[in-house]
Amino acid sequence: MKPAPFKYIAASSLGDALALKAEHGDDAKFLAGGQSLIPTMNFRLARPTILIDINKIDGLAGIRASSGATRIGALTRYRALQRDAAFAMAFPLIGEALPHIAHPQIRNRGTIGGNLSHADPASELPAIAVALGARFRVQAAKQERWVEAPDFFVGALTTGLKPDEMLVEIELPLAKPRTGSCFMEIARRRGDFAIAGTAVIVTLDERDECIEVRLAFCGVGETPIDASSAADALVGNKPTETAIIDVAKSVQAMIDPGGSVHATADYQRHIAGVLTERALQTACQRARDGH
Amino acid sequence: MSTRTFGEPIKRNEDRRLLTGQALFIDDVELPGMLHAAFLRSQVAHARIRKIDVSRALQRPGVVAAYVAGDLGDYWQPGPILVPPPPIEGIVFHERTQVPLAKDKVRHVGEPLVIVIAESRYIAEDALDDIDVELEQLAAVVDLEKALSAGSALVHEDVGSNVSAYVRQTKGNYASAAARADHIIKRRFWYEHGISSPIETRGVVAQWDTRANQMTIWDTTQAPVFVRNGLAGMLGLNERQVRVIAPFVGGGFGPKIMMFYPEEVLLPWVSMKLNKPIKWIEDRLEHFFATTHERGQIHDAEIALTSDGRILGIRDVFLHDGGAYDPYGLTVPINSQCTLLGPYVVPDYDSTFTQVFTNLPIVTPYRGAGRQHGVFVMERLLDFAAYELNIDPTEIRRRNLIPPDAFPYSNEIIYQDFEVLEYDSGNYEPVLDMALEAIGYKTFREEQAAARGQGRHLGIGVACYVEGTGIGPYEGAKVQVQSNGKVSVATGIGTQGQGHFTVFAQIAADELGVGVTDVDVVTGDTDQFYWGAGTFASRGAVVAGNAVNEAAKVVRKKALKLASDLFECSEDDLVIEGGKVSIVGIPEKFVKLGDLANQANPMRGAVEPGTEPGLESTQYFGPRMGATANGVHAVIIEMDPRTFELKILKYVVVHDCGTVINPMILAGQIHGGVAQGIGNAFYEKLVFDDQGQLLNASLADYLLPTALEVPRMELAHTVTKSPLNPMGIKGAGEAGAIPGGPLFAQAIEDALDLKGRGVELLEIPLSPSRLFELTRNAKR
Amino acid sequence: MDIDHHDITVSVNGKQYRRRVESRMLLSDFLRHDLALAGTHVGCEHGVCGACTILLDGQPIRSCLMLAVQANHHELSTVEGLTNPAGEYHPLQQAMHDHHGLQCGYCTPGILMTMTAFLDENACPSEDEVREALSGNLCRCTGYQSIVDAVLAAAMRMRS
Repeated sequence: MKPAPFKYIAASSLGDALALKAEHGDDAKFLAGGQSLIPTMNFRLARPTILIDINKIDGLAGIRASSGATRIGALTRYRALQRDAAFAMAFPLIGEALPHIAHPQIRNRGTIGGNLSHADPASELPAIAVALGARFRVQAAKQERWVEAPDFFVGALTTGLKPDEMLVEIELPLAKPRTGSCFMEIARRRGDFAIAGTAVIVTLDERDECIEVRLAFCGVGETPIDASSAADALVGNKPTETAIIDVAKSVQAMIDPGGSVHATADYQRHIAGVLTERALQTACQRARDGH
Repeated sequence: MSTRTFGEPIKRNEDRRLLTGQALFIDDVELPGMLHAAFLRSQVAHARIRKIDVSRALQRPGVVAAYVAGDLGDYWQPGPILVPPPPIEGIVFHERTQVPLAKDKVRHVGEPLVIVIAESRYIAEDALDDIDVELEQLAAVVDLEKALSAGSALVHEDVGSNVSAYVRQTKGNYASAAARADHIIKRRFWYEHGISSPIETRGVVAQWDTRANQMTIWDTTQAPVFVRNGLAGMLGLNERQVRVIAPFVGGGFGPKIMMFYPEEVLLPWVSMKLNKPIKWIEDRLEHFFATTHERGQIHDAEIALTSDGRILGIRDVFLHDGGAYDPYGLTVPINSQCTLLGPYVVPDYDSTFTQVFTNLPIVTPYRGAGRQHGVFVMERLLDFAAYELNIDPTEIRRRNLIPPDAFPYSNEIIYQDFEVLEYDSGNYEPVLDMALEAIGYKTFREEQAAARGQGRHLGIGVACYVEGTGIGPYEGAKVQVQSNGKVSVATGIGTQGQGHFTVFAQIAADELGVGVTDVDVVTGDTDQFYWGAGTFASRGAVVAGNAVNEAAKVVRKKALKLASDLFECSEDDLVIEGGKVSIVGIPEKFVKLGDLANQANPMRGAVEPGTEPGLESTQYFGPRMGATANGVHAVIIEMDPRTFELKILKYVVVHDCGTVINPMILAGQIHGGVAQGIGNAFYEKLVFDDQGQLLNASLADYLLPTALEVPRMELAHTVTKSPLNPMGIKGAGEAGAIPGGPLFAQAIEDALDLKGRGVELLEIPLSPSRLFELTRNAKR
Repeated sequence: MDIDHHDITVSVNGKQYRRRVESRMLLSDFLRHDLALAGTHVGCEHGVCGACTILLDGQPIRSCLMLAVQANHHELSTVEGLTNPAGEYHPLQQAMHDHHGLQCGYCTPGILMTMTAFLDENACPSEDEVREALSGNLCRCTGYQSIVDAVLAAAMRMRS
């Protein structure tokens, strides 16, 4: 399965890359880690006529702090995220999800920006971005804008990126105190795309009552699903076992999974409920224990 | 004979080239001027071909040729029947074999329409988009029962139905058994086996040399001799003008012994036409359609028993999905039919099957070759019987095992080798005992209860099976001592990782008193050895191994005769060891084997008429029938009762394949088979829609087990020699893969207490989602 | 469109190569056919089986998911470079031989490259860690057990 012909250009700078994209629009694609793009090109499902390699652009990778938030360059590879101890401590949700993303060989090349821009409905990071309340900095040749995570994911394999835009940075707000998180997924084999996955963040007050609950799912819709409203009843209360079971039921009622070759829609709905219960229990426990 | 290395875990001769990346696999063949082929394949499962226009493709730079069925002239013909129907009374068989390129009609997704030849595979694939094809889509035949109903579309109109074959075999009289029975259990079962999916796909390189008048074909085939013979015939060449080489092959598992695949038939023809070497390497996407499958059967089975669980008889009626063509005859369903009987006494048996044409890829043997389906039916029937009769599932098996004094044991019906199914030898009860001991059967219920107290759901499974191995017709081997004292062994079968370079070397080394590393083995090259059948049905070690043994024995005799003439002593006074023949007790009086070989090939003097020069011999071995190996697998699993995810905690295999040549290589075969059995039971499923489209045609969605899904396995074996060959060996290649289905079904039912909740597992493969669907309406 | 070619310089197993490649040529094909380093094998071309794994600047990657042109100015390591100049095995190659960690040998180069890199970073792995590291390489012959044994044995030998 060999790719169709294309013109390859190694962009030397961000400006260079964006100018090329502006010129060619949807006929051109950015090549970052290539771990999602090249398989689709080998299958000839994707046939860009121009491939703009952005791997050599300076300043597009890296993790840096910035007033009350952490910013991750889009070209940052999963491997770098895994090996950054401070990052894993600040964002345990991502740290917990990374071993579920493919395999080490893929994680050595794949990038966070590439993953988010590919917007696979079963992919973990888009759901985590939604749960964390991430913002994405999106750049075109002559302008830049910020997009909230839920607005970025528009459909299956479809983002709100315009033909001349590139996702360049992801901003994650820092966690509040007494916050616990948990990422859990069900997949047929480790590293496979999730049949359903959940990212849960719980913030408690000094009386162990919930101040905020964030709940997002991958694999059960065309885009990551923000199911936080299913946990509305938890806010202001202690998260008891019964209360958590009710949240799970609400989640099941909220989502509309499509089923796949690996699972029926009802199974997806069922385990979304199970994951909700288990992840919420764990997140609450972690919030109580203090990360 | 000496058995110095027999039974020893001798390390492999072939490893170095493989470990250093120096071994030649098919895609490593590079020839000057070589062109590359790609195929335009049907995207629909059933259609009439209205038009194929390759003119735009021919205009693409770098494209050299494009051929459709009509371009082949007389060369276009359906392939030969590879395994004719067995001599069974009343058999119905409609032979419809595959064609090199579809003409008039396509009958499965992936059937080739056009072959394009270009300067690179990249350009050849570009050219596929240039081809205009008009297909008039027809209703696809996919569901087995619908295929046989009135009004179904027909895969082969001229057959008049979708029946490829109909076979009934009986032993005794089931009706009378049923009449006498205390208990009858009836169930419908669905069993699907999957695809072999070796890590190396198929490939062919054909090189016609018009000046040498010679055709050389490299092919990832498990049967180079038959391929040579068939292609020579088709191409109008003499057999000796054709050389087929099976290089190192990256996994076979059965589908690489299907022969006269379209690509195999076309590449040599194209090479002759263009006078250039041509290469085709199957890509992974093609592999899902272009290489043969195993798939499913539906069984309506019933078992008649006494109240103490003794089998009186079994009746089974099943449908077998054979795919769009039936070149491999009835091997797979006959194996199902025969292997169902297992290691048990079944006095009365009535088995009927219909092999059905479908608009899906061809079904031919894949490791287990239909045995899995039969074993599933029998083992599940016994499990349900055990439950209803309140007998322990291992006890009900024990009560029905063929006793050790009953061999050879005839099951009266015809097996895949066309002989009456007769088990040569066996001692089944100790194997069951060892497996139960190893898995900790006696203490398991306690452990299970304790675990349940902690909210953990453990389950146990035990399954028994037999494996018919080592069938004929024959294999041959040439063993030769060379003048440097090293021994060369050549045989006609091919190798796909089974360690033949080592196992055959051990046999020759032991006979000739040389080191295993001093024996050089050649397999799979028809110029090096002319005759043979191939590597299939777990027969390599048994049949070719015995041929090597026979040839080595003759060479040994020749060496002793020559040395006895040289030393003027009796052959009984001589010993062969360390590459030398010496007089017993007088080690200084010796002659090196290599020197003896030289003396046997003199530059002057005479070779007596009626003898041969050199220290070599070619011998053949053809067993009268197959040898029956047997085994028991046992497993302890843990299930998540809410998500239905499964984890294997312990896996035990106890196996008997007679004399063991190399226990390390044997263990490797069992491990690999078990991994495929686990894949078959819980991970690998071909998902077709009702239009015959395969929805999961990629390794991302056709789930092969990884190192995290396959557990550590504990192996043990007993040795009950086969009386059918001098070495007493039986085959073992498929054993690991056979009982996984019923093993998992039993263990999952046990872990989730399904029988008590009114749920029975009647199908394979299973998955967490499927288990959810099956249990959601359970009693509790 | 005209064929898009690029000149690249690649170092493979310490040796420099200068070549002209079409932009769409996969790195796996480049190594195997342009450089005649056929030890790296192709199993799927969609990044799943791991047979094509090589090291890029010391890290295991799927060579079927990279374009040859992207390897420009990088250092690649393939199975051909594992033995030392005297032809002696890397401890993992020796252990694979000792433990029967290969049967057909087709997935073996990818596994060697993945696991030698793993052992360089993990001197004392547990069986679970080995299996996890191995989970991105498919083997259809061995059932993985002997490979795991080989890796654990090599780790022990490399520690001493």
